[in-house]
Amino acid sequence: MPQKSTRQALNEALRHEMQRDANVIVLGEDVAGGKGAQGEQDAWGGAFGVTKGLLGEFGSERVMDTPITESAFVGAAAGAAMTGLRPVVEIMFVDFLGVCFDQIFNQAAKFRYMFGGKAVTPMVIRTTFGAGSGSASQHSQTLYPIFTHIPGLKVVVPSNPYDAKGLLIEAIRDDDPVIFLENKIIYDDLGEVPDNAYIVPFGEANILREGTDVTIIALGRMTKLAAQAAATLADQGIECSLLDPRTTSPLDEDTILEFAEETGRVVVVDEAYPRCGMAADIAALIAEKAFDALQAPIIKVTPPHAPVPYAPELEAAFLPSVERIEDAVRKVYGHGR
Amino acid sequence: MRMQLARDELLAAYRLMKTIRVFEERVNLEMATGDIPGAVHLYAGQEASAVGICLHLDDQDRIASTHRGHGHSIAKGCDPEGMMAEIFGRATGTCRGKGGSMHIADLDKGMLGANGIVGGAPPIACGAALAAKCRKTHGVAVAFTGDGGINQGTTAESLNLARVWDLPVIFVVEDNGFAEATSSSWAVAGDILKRAEGYGIPAERVDGLDFFAVHEAGRRAISRARDGAGPTLLQIVLPRYYGHFSGDADTYRTAEEKEAMRKEQDCLTVFRARVIDAALLEPAQLDEIDATVDRLIDEAVQAARAAPRPVPEQVATDVYVRYI
Ligand SMILES: Cc1ncc(C[n+]2csc(CCOP(=O)(O)OP(=O)(O)O)c2C)c(N)n1
Repeated sequence: MPQKSTRQALNEALRHEMQRDANVIVLGEDVAGGKGAQGEQDAWGGAFGVTKGLLGEFGSERVMDTPITESAFVGAAAGAAMTGLRPVVEIMFVDFLGVCFDQIFNQAAKFRYMFGGKAVTPMVIRTTFGAGSGSASQHSQTLYPIFTHIPGLKVVVPSNPYDAKGLLIEAIRDDDPVIFLENKIIYDDLGEVPDNAYIVPFGEANILREGTDVTIIALGRMTKLAAQAAATLADQGIECSLLDPRTTSPLDEDTILEFAEETGRVVVVDEAYPRCGMAADIAALIAEKAFDALQAPIIKVTPPHAPVPYAPELEAAFLPSVERIEDAVRKVYGHGR
Repeated sequence: MRMQLARDELLAAYRLMKTIRVFEERVNLEMATGDIPGAVHLYAGQEASAVGICLHLDDQDRIASTHRGHGHSIAKGCDPEGMMAEIFGRATGTCRGKGGSMHIADLDKGMLGANGIVGGAPPIACGAALAAKCRKTHGVAVAFTGDGGINQGTTAESLNLARVWDLPVIFVVEDNGFAEATSSSWAVAGDILKRAEGYGIPAERVDGLDFFAVHEAGRRAISRARDGAGPTLLQIVLPRYYGHFSGDADTYRTAEEKEAMRKEQDCLTVFRARVIDAALLEPAQLDEIDATVDRLIDEAVQAARAAPRPVPEQVATDVYVRYI
């Protein structure tokens, strides 16, 4: 299978779906880029180059730059979705969605329910998240728990190129509003990605590793750190299972519980803030539904309850590390033995 | 055009503009060494705007800035050495290495922060103006925003609020023709001045290459605000020398365009020519400033490089205020 980057995989997903369905449109700031400028058309393809080349293929009626008006164009996407289009909106950094929460939380997320199940809102908001690029407090947050908290939204967190493509195609075909969160650090990661259009279904955790001692559940880029930790621990005789839920809403509770019950020892790794975060949510799920199987307290490995700092030393201290994951696993493994 | 500034004021204006220019060119160079985390958005080319406005302000007056905030910070009196250290992510930086280029702030100088969010500043400036009004300090607040930021809902709402509350606030729209790669001729519907006028706010378009024009328009707007006559909007038309940010290949402008821009649209060159032609300053005086500024910025870089880095324990400090 061909090796492709996450960026390329996402670009292919968009291309496949735009070819398949004329109702799929792409909009956002500089998704074409250079609008109204002398220079090269399609100059940017979005701040991270994910939509590059789409303008040339589909034209400016389907690949639309927007002014910096997130409330208006995210809301417009919701309105357009409700009336026949399938917009894919790009928001450069998830932090910027703060500007237009109303249109997401109170509008798009609520149409179907409020209108007695008669409305659909097939829109996708693609955005980036995560620390590690020195972008400081307003460009580095991991905010999927906020969206997961809101019923009516589906929330997707791909961790590798293969999943990114399949999940984005699934997101575009889905009739609900989907928040699709791309960790900016994984855009250049390479992986095997088929050329054809395929889907990765929502609500199905990816089992990255099976082991009998400890279950690690990790999201997004944290799966890579967790996989590294699990490999080292295996050398030391501790066999871990590693699950990537892939979507936080819907969440694959069955697989999580099944693996938690099997090992009785669980570590949850999450880049989001610790309070009311995914790690807390998953830990609570296991504590509630698999309590009898637990042989150790569940450990959460997350950043501290603090904004994302700028200086590299502070950012490194903020992010969960492979070492912290290993320590957590050793601790739950050793508990009660 | 009025040029009734005392010689020391002219020298101060030139020194500030030059400091911004050299600071930015140096940050651009240092960026290439890989020692600066993240990205920077450079202000070079826009100096006359920040300086023309901020020379009217004292530490009681407040400004709220944009992602392109280095120039506003220097013009408002922030210490270039502390700023450089902040950009390098050092513990001695203006924000102790927590904020970086996009969040430089110095509250003692009335600089309420650069801002990572487009449209973030206007509401904050309205708040600072409200505080000045309620506390009767006679202070004013300036919201810097770009031609991109003018489209943000927060800006529209702030214009309305400023008029309804008659706030001593000035909206300075720095129109460099682009928001990232997107041109304002495409993205801004209608006329920015008419938008302000629609809210009953007086508005002026100003040539951002002409320090004296900006200074004069700023004087009018700021004295109106101090006199209780409420908000003003200034649209300052100026160039942006560098790409949108340090990683922008800037392909939406041709090389010739960019070269011509630097040659023909330089507020420092224009200033120099004006004051020398009018025999207000000697070339030697300006050259001397150039030399001192070069030294100052060089020292700032050396100091930043030598400065201590923050310690990991600081990652979770400054989250809440503690009362003991
Ligand atoms: C709410 C929000 N949306 C988008 C961005 C990304 N962004 C950063 S700067 C910028 C362009 C701003 O243009 P303008 O206001 O004209 O200022 P300039 O960069 O020209 O100084 C954009 C879109 C952001 N930081 N915040």
